[in-house]
Amino acid sequence: MSHETLQLIWFVLIAVLWIGYFVLEGFDFGVGMLLRIVGKNEAERRAIITTLGPLWDGNEVWLLVAGGATFAAFPEWYATLFSGFYLPLLLILVALIIRGVAFEYRSKHGNATWRGRWDWAIAIGSFLPALLWGVAFANIVRGVPLAKSSAGHIEYVGGFFNLLNPYALLGGVVTLTLFLTHGAIFLSLKTDGVIRERAHALVGKIGLVAAVAAVAFLLWTQLAYSEKAWTWIPILLAAAAWLSGLAADRAGRDGWAFVFSSITMGLAVISLFGVLYPNVMPNIDRALVGLDIHNASSTEYTLKVMTIVAVIFTPIVLVYQTWTYWIFRKRMTAEQIPSPESGTLGLPESAKETAG
Amino acid sequence: MNALDLARWQFGITTVYHFLFVPITLGLGFLVAGLQTAWYRTNKDEYLRATKFFGKLFLINFAMGVVTGIVQEFQFGMNWSSYSRFVGDIFGAPLAIEGLLAFFLESTFLGMWIFGWDRLPKKIHLASIWLAAIGTMLSAYFILAANSFMQHPVGYVYNPETGRAELTSIVAVLTQKTATTTFFHTMSSGFLVSGALVAGVSAWLLMRGNSVEVVRPTLKLGLVTTLVASVLVFISGDMQSRVMVQQQPMKMAAAEAQFDTTTNASFSIFTIGSLDGSKPLVQIRIPNLLSIMATGSASGSVEGINDIQAQYEQKYGPGSYKPVIPVAYWTFRLMIGFGALAGVFALWALWATRKGRTPKSKWFTRAALVIPLFPLVGISMGWLFTELARQPWIVFGLMRTESGVSPAVSSTEVLISLVVLTLLYAVLAVVEVGLLAKAIKLGPPENVVVHDDAAPGNERVLTFSY
Repeated sequence: MSHETLQLIWFVLIAVLWIGYFVLEGFDFGVGMLLRIVGKNEAERRAIITTLGPLWDGNEVWLLVAGGATFAAFPEWYATLFSGFYLPLLLILVALIIRGVAFEYRSKHGNATWRGRWDWAIAIGSFLPALLWGVAFANIVRGVPLAKSSAGHIEYVGGFFNLLNPYALLGGVVTLTLFLTHGAIFLSLKTDGVIRERAHALVGKIGLVAAVAAVAFLLWTQLAYSEKAWTWIPILLAAAAWLSGLAADRAGRDGWAFVFSSITMGLAVISLFGVLYPNVMPNIDRALVGLDIHNASSTEYTLKVMTIVAVIFTPIVLVYQTWTYWIFRKRMTAEQIPSPESGTLGLPESAKETAG
Repeated sequence: MNALDLARWQFGITTVYHFLFVPITLGLGFLVAGLQTAWYRTNKDEYLRATKFFGKLFLINFAMGVVTGIVQEFQFGMNWSSYSRFVGDIFGAPLAIEGLLAFFLESTFLGMWIFGWDRLPKKIHLASIWLAAIGTMLSAYFILAANSFMQHPVGYVYNPETGRAELTSIVAVLTQKTATTTFFHTMSSGFLVSGALVAGVSAWLLMRGNSVEVVRPTLKLGLVTTLVASVLVFISGDMQSRVMVQQQPMKMAAAEAQFDTTTNASFSIFTIGSLDGSKPLVQIRIPNLLSIMATGSASGSVEGINDIQAQYEQKYGPGSYKPVIPVAYWTFRLMIGFGALAGVFALWALWATRKGRTPKSKWFTRAALVIPLFPLVGISMGWLFTELARQPWIVFGLMRTESGVSPAVSSTEVLISLVVLTLLYAVLAVVEVGLLAKAIKLGPPENVVVHDDAAPGNERVLTFSY
């Protein structure tokens, strides 16, 4: 395989990793944000978090592998992007830290204040990345101010506030609302009783907001930043898939609703990567120097090694991760949650008074 | 402080912090898997309760390792973009492979293990903790192979056209001696701290009479693990020092504050005098030991700092190639000392608890509580030593640390992230230690029931949920 082919393959593979990430951690983020809204009491909230329990960490690994793959396959992209988008990435890191710890630690203590704080940690820790990934991707597609440094490297020179332009903020609203809806659909699929009813009721409302935002965003993307006609196809298919998902939800077909909203995530990522290609980080002024899959990439040898590893191990990962989803396919209800005492370390509040 | 210093402080703080949780994950995962295997084979309730108890400690610790690990992957690009550009062709590959082979494995199967008690057949549930533990071990291997490239670059060629190091042999990167001996040393020290943790916690509960039937066997498991691991740490450390003398002689010389090349070099236990050991007042030395450590022979010649400095000036041009000598000297000693104390405790405790005895000494209980911290301090010292005594290099012989920093990031930005992450980590440390203390005080659970007959449509109350 030629170097050019390998570069294309890795561009596609990184898109695939982001598709996996948006589909999987997308609903994680949505569920996290909805935790306090859909879960009205302790048992309901525990049921909601338990739907994510065995899955969230594996979902997040898609991000880590996407980051690692970018480092390995396009080191220049990794270096310019991560040092350039410094503060937003710091916010994302803080959010992912408090959120991950919150899942594991929340129910280890019976105290209501303790749990309330971790609930907020989950909600905020889900909200920030859900918004910021959209802002980040929109900025990449739009292009950012880049300049060649004295060392000959292409560095980001835009500063923090440059990232907060209208197009990027709309992108943030799109991922935020898409993930919220995706999470509500996941909850309708994975819970029963009141939780399911409340989640189900939210899907239609947030889903329509998401539809308007996403259509506006994708049209803006296609008209302002795409030089290709074919990117209309994934954009139109994304819109169709989203509406099908909402329709399936209305018809009470939770499974199909989830399949369609997942497909929408995939098509949205395909649209963005399609518009981007062959660039990976274009200059806002297209006449000036930017990063593309050729000048940002690793050597042919490294890409070859990575391709062999990916071809062997990706299918294995997909098999066992799918299997986890199958094992934990059952719907969760608040009634299945054990009394607060079990699984926690602290005494439940009622017992605390007497125990002193 | 400029952006470079701040970025170095951030890397030091976040990495040492991350690596407080990692060695416990590396060892304790296997110990919990071992306990569960014992339960699976014997069906003895004590082993099940021990599995649940130490499993809980494992999970509290694991969560911190995971979330602080994300920072590690991001900060290469965020703070060290020039480094990332220079070595990305080589360094990125093990990182990506780590994610694909190790992170998916450990996270997926740990999730299966936590929530699978009631839903999986016993055998598959047991396999899931083993797979998660193997995942953590694989992860250690790949990241240590990447770090070893920074200590001793192999399998690459410098390309003047692109101005970067480029990979020529992934096999060389993954199998070089630096990587294999470091992996051996890291795994052994992971078992050392985990063994000490299991032993310390068990001893403390034993003295309080809490679940004696559960913690007596785990005390023995912990002590034997600690003892065996301390021997392995010693052997692997010895192997590493031989490799180090060949590859990074300056590091070994700095570890010993050995300024002049000598044969029959003695090893200094400690020195009082000038901080860098150049003008000793009082010191204790073991004759010939340094020569033996470095070369395997008592009369072997060990190069001194001044001679290596002169060689490097010729090779790499003018400038200082000395790390901060007192830091290298003391971290090296403290690493060995703290690690060895855990082994000594294990010997004492095995003697004190022989044939079912329960030690009476108050000192035993006190030692049991602090002893797990000793190898943890030793490990931190070891990392500080190996990274700081490599300075001024970020990649030995190829790139200096000051050339690796991100030019696009201002010192204000680095300061913000340094402060934010440090404060967040401090708060989380308090939370984590509080939870561990609570879990330990509570001791192993009573009356654990495991159903493995989960039929579809079975709406039974879960035995575990978040």
